[in-house]
Amino acid sequence: MAIRVQAEDFDVGAEYAALTRGRSSIGGVTLFSGLVRDMAGGAAVSAMTLEHYPGMTEKQLEAIEAEARRRWPLDDVLIIHRYGRLEPGDQIVLVATASAHRDAAFDSCRFLIDWLKTKAPFWKLEATPDGERWVEAKDSDDSAAARWDP
Amino acid sequence: MKIFYFAWLRTKIGVPSETVDLPAEVKTVGALVDWLKTRSPKHAEALANSKVVKVAVNQEHVPYDHPIEPGDEVALFPPVTGG
Repeated sequence: MAIRVQAEDFDVGAEYAALTRGRSSIGGVTLFSGLVRDMAGGAAVSAMTLEHYPGMTEKQLEAIEAEARRRWPLDDVLIIHRYGRLEPGDQIVLVATASAHRDAAFDSCRFLIDWLKTKAPFWKLEATPDGERWVEAKDSDDSAAARWDP
Repeated sequence: MKIFYFAWLRTKIGVPSETVDLPAEVKTVGALVDWLKTRSPKHAEALANSKVVKVAVNQEHVPYDHPIEPGDEVALFPPVTGG
């Protein structure tokens, strides 16, 4: 298992290789990566700065991972989330789940990113031609997370 | 008690954290938010809409009726937007 909250970029191929190396019980891996888009709400975005709450962020991500492992039979889970200043095309987040079978890998990966978006304490500040603006939480994110309510 | 502020709550209030001496009657998160509003016009404006002011106590999300103790770590922030 691994939770990493970092400013540095990550290499999806290297992470995938590390996750699966020598682990022949794994039958499938689902990877989700989130990227910075160059448009949001009709405005051009030239940069995005991610703020987080050190300590609570890791604690919440660990709790989300524990919940995923309670619900699905997972061989491994990896969550990497970046903070700091990012530009369009940059990677923000990676969620990877490994299991014997694809259903557990797909469903748990979707669950992790949906819960992460509503529970992990990160905030996005976008730079646009009209100045900086804090991204507002979306109702659609709440409903996506609510699908996984017990 | 130490209070942390994040994102636009931090920029509106103007500090990332502050240490406050709570009156004895402030025993819940909701009472704390109401009391913080009285500290300055900036606090009052930033905390005006409680729907967009979320609270964590000791790094766990909590509702406004959650109790608070003098040694707690409290953070106020807008709804999260990571991922």
